[in-house]
Amino acid sequence: MWFLTHAWIIPALMALSFLCVLFFGKRLPRKGSEIGIVFVAAAFVLSICTAVAWQQHVNDSPKLKGTASAEQKEEVEGSAFVDVPEKCSPVAAEAAAKAGGAEAAAGGEAPAGEEGAVGVPSGTGEVAAVAAPAAGGGEKEETITRPVVRCVSWFDTDGAVVTIGTMVDGQAVLMLVVVTLISLLVHVYSTDYVNGDRRYTHYFAFLSLFTASMLFFVLSQSTLQMIVGWELVGVCSFALIGHWWEEKPNSDAALKAFLTNRVGDMGLLVGMIVLFFAAGKSFSILDINILSNEGEIRHTVLLAASVCLIAAVMSKSGQFVLHTWLPDAMAGPTPVSALIHAATMVVAGIYLVARLYPVFFDGLAIAGSSVNLLAVVGAVTALFGALLAFVQKDIKKVLAYSTVSQLGFMVTSLGVGAWTAALFHLFTHAFFKACLFLGAGSMSHACHHSFNMVDDYGGLRKIMPKTFWTYLIATLALAGVFPLSGFWSKDEILAGTGSFPGTSGANGTYHVMLVMLLLAAFCTAAYMMRTIWYAFYGEYRGHGHPHESGPRITVPLIILAAFGTIAGVANLPAAFDFLPAGTLTRFEKFVEPVGLYFPSISHAEFNAPLAVVSVAVGLGGIAVAYLFFWKGAFSGLRGLSERNRLAGWGKNVLVNKYYFDWLYTTVIVGFVKGPLARATYWFNQHVLDAIVNGAGRSGVAAGRFVYENIDQPVVDGAVKGVGASAEGSGGILRHIQTGRIQQYAALFFAAAAILAGIFVLVIG
Amino acid sequence: MTEFLNDWGLILITFLPLVGALVMILVPKESEDTHKLLALVTALATAVVGVLLLLNFNYSSAGELQFLVDHQWIEVINSRFVMGLDGLSLPLLALTVGIMPLVFVYSWNHIPEPGNPKAFFILMLVLETGMIGSFVAQDLILFFVFFEVVLLPMYFMIGVWGGPERKYASIKFFLYTLFGSALMIVAFIGVSYLSKTQTFVIPELTAFGGAGITKATQVILFGGMFLGFGIKVPMFPFHTWLPDAHTQAPTQGSVILAAVLLKLGTYGFLRIAIPVLPLGARQWAPVIGVLAVIGIIYGALACLAQTDMKRLIAFSSVAHMGFTMLAISTLTDLGFNAAVFGMVAHGLITGMLFFLAGSIKERYHTLEIKRLGGLLVQAPKMGWILGLCTMASLGLPGLAGFWGEFPAILSAYAPAVGLSVPLFRTLMVVAALGTVLAAGYLLWLYQRTAFGTPTEEFASDPHIHDVETPEWIAWTPLLILIVVFGFVPGLIFNVTQPAVSLIAGAVGG
Repeated sequence: MWFLTHAWIIPALMALSFLCVLFFGKRLPRKGSEIGIVFVAAAFVLSICTAVAWQQHVNDSPKLKGTASAEQKEEVEGSAFVDVPEKCSPVAAEAAAKAGGAEAAAGGEAPAGEEGAVGVPSGTGEVAAVAAPAAGGGEKEETITRPVVRCVSWFDTDGAVVTIGTMVDGQAVLMLVVVTLISLLVHVYSTDYVNGDRRYTHYFAFLSLFTASMLFFVLSQSTLQMIVGWELVGVCSFALIGHWWEEKPNSDAALKAFLTNRVGDMGLLVGMIVLFFAAGKSFSILDINILSNEGEIRHTVLLAASVCLIAAVMSKSGQFVLHTWLPDAMAGPTPVSALIHAATMVVAGIYLVARLYPVFFDGLAIAGSSVNLLAVVGAVTALFGALLAFVQKDIKKVLAYSTVSQLGFMVTSLGVGAWTAALFHLFTHAFFKACLFLGAGSMSHACHHSFNMVDDYGGLRKIMPKTFWTYLIATLALAGVFPLSGFWSKDEILAGTGSFPGTSGANGTYHVMLVMLLLAAFCTAAYMMRTIWYAFYGEYRGHGHPHESGPRITVPLIILAAFGTIAGVANLPAAFDFLPAGTLTRFEKFVEPVGLYFPSISHAEFNAPLAVVSVAVGLGGIAVAYLFFWKGAFSGLRGLSERNRLAGWGKNVLVNKYYFDWLYTTVIVGFVKGPLARATYWFNQHVLDAIVNGAGRSGVAAGRFVYENIDQPVVDGAVKGVGASAEGSGGILRHIQTGRIQQYAALFFAAAAILAGIFVLVIG
Repeated sequence: MTEFLNDWGLILITFLPLVGALVMILVPKESEDTHKLLALVTALATAVVGVLLLLNFNYSSAGELQFLVDHQWIEVINSRFVMGLDGLSLPLLALTVGIMPLVFVYSWNHIPEPGNPKAFFILMLVLETGMIGSFVAQDLILFFVFFEVVLLPMYFMIGVWGGPERKYASIKFFLYTLFGSALMIVAFIGVSYLSKTQTFVIPELTAFGGAGITKATQVILFGGMFLGFGIKVPMFPFHTWLPDAHTQAPTQGSVILAAVLLKLGTYGFLRIAIPVLPLGARQWAPVIGVLAVIGIIYGALACLAQTDMKRLIAFSSVAHMGFTMLAISTLTDLGFNAAVFGMVAHGLITGMLFFLAGSIKERYHTLEIKRLGGLLVQAPKMGWILGLCTMASLGLPGLAGFWGEFPAILSAYAPAVGLSVPLFRTLMVVAALGTVLAAGYLLWLYQRTAFGTPTEEFASDPHIHDVETPEWIAWTPLLILIVVFGFVPGLIFNVTQPAVSLIAGAVGG
């Protein structure tokens, strides 16, 4: 329990690490990297402890028999919040009080603090068990999730107390482990990879700051806190993409990332504002979720909020049409690409949707439907991102588009109601994609910092065996080959669409999504084999003599590849009942919340034919690529784009990335920065200012007229009106510049006297 | 101690700078170091009084005027010498007395041409009295006197120590603001004349809340104040004096102008115009809201067209003050809170940006953006500080700017009862678009000045050095506050909340 209530220590550690590296790093023998590694290792250990504590917490949680009556259900679900302080979530506290009241009325013990929290569930469980009719003995049990929430008041405004704190549940714990583990490996990897870099210490400082911000984000107790974390990871991404800012393309990429994200942030801000008011002026995630889930917020409001937040997801998680920054973000150091732009930060959008899932589930009417915005965005991204990966020469760009595409899988998954599958895929993807990126980094480390696999790689299989094998394993995992981790998570997403004949238990029937995802899966396998062909087979085409990287690079690769292989066991399907019950559907049990703050989603069951199809599609992609590259088959396809106009046009569209960059950079940004800005400024100088100057000039003219024709005998320039004083003060100024202090003082008091005179005149 | 502060605290803090200025008049002009020291000691002493006031302030009743001073003044017109401090004035007072010593420290080796520290410092001290007085005055005439006292020293600072176009800029600044003040004083007199007891005392007028003044009259009177305060803010379309004044003013002038002077306008709306004329305020609110949002977009677009760094920062003030005015126009607690936070945050951040612009100008002798570049290479620490301030200015959460911007947008979602919800929600979305543009012009500025490599012209210029000691001393407190307020916004929100909720309650929000 201590670990769950003190989770704030983990991001705080990393923030401290940032400060230490920044201020003392340069003076240390290893230039600050040792501080970063020690702190992130400590954070990782703490995260593991938190995960273990969470597991224990779930095992101790109240169980609800499927046969329990509505009152019992309400009581148990409400009692899950007895430990939530009232200021962190008034709504949850109210639900708990209601449950507590019912409990007391039923003769049970009234909950009192933490002791009571432990006492209640067992008592209630018994009540449910007693009440259950004998016939329901074999019914499924549900474990009600008890999120551990702690907060302090951040500030008060308008009667609402805005809080900051931690909300620990399965989802947050999952991310804690993923972020700290990948961050730790990336830290170690970086000590070799960016060794001797011009800004080595700053690099590690920003790694720490990023990790701190990301952990702050995932632990958020309020949506306002999420916004803060969301933007802070964005700025770290900006700083690290532009790490080598001396070269303009790098700083351009950094700016592009930041600005594109800002566009999405508009949606984030507006969406969060809508939810704030809808939940009765509360930023508390628990409040928003409970109210959305209980139907206390109107459907149209939830829809509006969902659409706004989807814009934010598009930018942060690289979804069409705001995905264009992510491939450019590869300008940053490769370990950063692995950590930020593949495994952690870019999944912030997924995490956001998952966190506020009741909003989306109701707002988009996910259940029982066959199409919605989230699913469409995800499926389009999954397929069209994968297609772009085919025309890249830069291996990191292939991986970047692959990330875009895989994030599309996760978004689709959330869109079709397969919440658990999305987070499961997030989990497995983090390992094999980080492995692929770090593998690409290892190759570039050997090949003169080039990422151009077509021109500078080749034949690395024999030279860099460790890199090759880990890369190959990660590729197969990404392609979804049984039994590697990617197979399990992808299959769960495909099943979640509910479209495949014979699938039961899905939330809707999303036929189009299934087709698009299968196509995307085929492409994924094929373009990944293409990278393997160019990088590892054939003859070496670059300069010099490449060599295998050192242990600080290869050990993280091996660890990641190992996780990429076995991570699938984290959520084996329930259908595998020949295995011990304790090994199945761990994600459903420990990560997915059950209770008032989460919609009751159903889970698509494992479908053997679909699994076969999914593996066949992956193997098909691999086979096609193998025949094409290794065996020289389909020779008719080679050079097709030169011979066939349609194919040429298609390739052009892909090479130009569907012309999104052109539209954004040239058309929109160009217009705003160029003609629009200039026109505005012209208006300012030649219209608004001209009016002011005209008024001034006519004042002077009028003053002169008065002075010369009417007022000449009475010489007193000071109270001559606007124009005269304007003209006069110029003269005075000229005088002042040559004058002495007495004159200034005299002038000042004279002016003050004139003002006083004006008062007396006006007032008297 | 508390008793002494209760009776004399506000008078002391207001006139201490003036006393310092009088002492300096007696010292001959040649002993420049004495002047520097005297000015700094005076400003520090004023800041110490400010700290004492902060410590003795009763935060649990921040809605009430404390340290109240009430003396007879101009009996014939019922104007009294009333000063008081509440949760609305407190942050702005603290900002003023906090930033002035820093400006003096910075001036230690940055006296602009044509020199003469004696005159320069005396003017700044007089300016300080005017600014402090404006924030604590609780009588319309008293407020007006201080409001106008501010004008002259600034006029001279721009006109004497300014850039090549200083004459035009200073006259424009002076006349434009004076024009607004003229209408404002007429409105003040009108309000007083039409009030039940014909008083000028602000708390009394606030208590009346415009009782007995018809809606039509309130609208007209509010219009007068709107011009007076709106020009000072400055609101679109009355902002054209600002870029000229900022560009031509010496660094110190720009910093004070941005950090404190502009806030007199927004403060005036909150302290006087809105509570005294609630009906007028409700009629004007949509107009203010629309102009504020036009200002946000317009200022941002104008920034994109700038080629001079200082002028760009000046236009960014138009955009930022637009957020503050949007927040005010919602006439809600949330909005007013956001507005006060926005004022303080803008003061710190834009003040810092002008400091930086001044130091860059001193090193490069130009602020033309296309000639700059590679600041991070030549003066890395300064480059990092510029980066932090840029991020703060574009409203990055975790830094102070965010809490002026996001709550302002938030408040527009639910304006006070009776205001048009669709209109304000539209304004909210447009204002949110402004945050994108803000990121655009600020990051492009940063990219062109700090990233890349130095231009050939300056690549081996020995003048270009990193941050100096006086700069460190002047900047560190500002930078710390920008971060601290970013993470602990309650430091300001919790103080302003009780005070602004009274105003919002009075206007019916």
